[in-house]
Amino acid sequence: MTNLSPLLQILVYVAISLAFVVAVLVSTAVLIYGERKIWAAVHMRRGPNVVGPWGVLQPFADLLKFLLKEPVIPDGANKGVFVLAPFVSAFMALAAWAVIPVNNNWVVGNINVGILYLFAVSSLGVYGVIMAGWASNSKYPFLSALRAAAQMVSYEVSIGFVLVTVMLCAGSLNISDIVRAQDGRYGMFSWYWLPLLPMMVVFFISALAETNRPPFDIVEAESELVAGYTVEYSSSMFMLQFLTELVAVLTMSAMTATLFLGGWLPPFDVAPFTWVPGVVWFLIKSWGVVFLFSMTKAIVPRYRYDQLMRLGWKVFLPISLFWVALTAGVLVTMGWLPK
Amino acid sequence: MATVFFFYLFSLVAIASAILVITARNPVHSVLFLILCFFNAAGLFILMGAEFLAMILVVVYVGAVAVLFLFVVMMLDVDFTELRSGMLNYLPVGGVIGLILLVEMAALFGTWVVPQDLIAHTAAPVASTAQNTRALGEILYTKYVFFFQTAGLILLVAMIGAIVLTLRHRTGIKRQVIADQVARSPATAVEIKKVQPGQGI
Repeated sequence: MTNLSPLLQILVYVAISLAFVVAVLVSTAVLIYGERKIWAAVHMRRGPNVVGPWGVLQPFADLLKFLLKEPVIPDGANKGVFVLAPFVSAFMALAAWAVIPVNNNWVVGNINVGILYLFAVSSLGVYGVIMAGWASNSKYPFLSALRAAAQMVSYEVSIGFVLVTVMLCAGSLNISDIVRAQDGRYGMFSWYWLPLLPMMVVFFISALAETNRPPFDIVEAESELVAGYTVEYSSSMFMLQFLTELVAVLTMSAMTATLFLGGWLPPFDVAPFTWVPGVVWFLIKSWGVVFLFSMTKAIVPRYRYDQLMRLGWKVFLPISLFWVALTAGVLVTMGWLPK
Repeated sequence: MATVFFFYLFSLVAIASAILVITARNPVHSVLFLILCFFNAAGLFILMGAEFLAMILVVVYVGAVAVLFLFVVMMLDVDFTELRSGMLNYLPVGGVIGLILLVEMAALFGTWVVPQDLIAHTAAPVASTAQNTRALGEILYTKYVFFFQTAGLILLVAMIGAIVLTLRHRTGIKRQVIADQVARSPATAVEIKKVQPGQGI
């Protein structure tokens, strides 16, 4: 694309970004339907089965319902921040997709510090929650905002250390390069899930906490805080927040698939596997992780707040810190440091 | 062209939001404007090709420090109109201090001469092809690793000092011991009683 005129180049980038956003939003609709069906199957219910064949149009019916309702802004709310909050969350959630490679060279922004960008943007998602909770001028949302702030900061630390081990092994901060570094002789056994298995577990659980998913959904625990920071929201602004959480789940799953499961790489570098395009492998891996997210929500009871903090600071932080030191030590002593 | 446009955009928004940080009536709005200011500073870093510094600025200051700021400011129930009421009394003292600082700065930077051969004396010449993450890493963690470690140690001492100053040992309070809780078995936690009809326990 380097030989195009600058204006045309910008237009091409805008088109690619729009296509990405649409793809992510359609995936969100699939996620809503799929998750509800999975939970229903675990609970031995039917799940959505009324709108459209097998209920597949349920997410779109929900969307219409949200859009057609009246947006209500509470009287005592801090109006500017109240309206801004859902847009901040949605922006941050979608912005993360700019650096995720879905196939070799299929990425919007192939930047040098992609993994740091992803880390930064995913940790900024908390601002939407804090702003919404504070601006609502209501007790439950406020408590929810405080919980969100503490929770995010705690689990970000261990996610950061997990990313450091991955960077140490790959020798790059560029996400595409990290995927290429996993392309070894042993197929799927060269991916980082095997050498960094404890870190992958830490990352998955921290991702659950970072996206406010059960068992760590104390930010919106319905038995204590009604619905947390979304209590005062209605209509399309609620929809944006709802969407943001689901996009964050997709982002974290894609991140797990890229960092630990080899992204677009086929499991073995032999004929039947290499026929399948890389984007399909990426989707299979990402949706596999999404399935794990859904199953966790269906079968694991909610943590208490003090248990959550203890797990983050007293269990995950020491483990991940130890693994950073161990990984660095092993890489240096064995001479395996990437060039 | 685009670089110039974005430079003026980022710097204008950064300055405007920095002014709003100190003029906003609501402290939470102040912190939010501070975050906007950090963001634009990160944008300026990116324009200079220092993408690593930009991302670290966002991760550390916006992602962690400002969250804690916001946390504290939201929690504190301070009546800021009351705090501002004495402003006129303090204005002369504050103004004099500010003036003294301004004069000192002017005296310092007004006489500052940059040596002509500065570029030849930079601490660690870096190959222009190196990515700035790698270049920073080589300078900070390889060439000046002991200074870096010392700085870290000083911060650690400060942190331990702060913890020691605020730590109180109170007696007679119940603490959770997670190991004890996990070690409980049905035999030690549950007592099964056979209740006869009409008798109770």
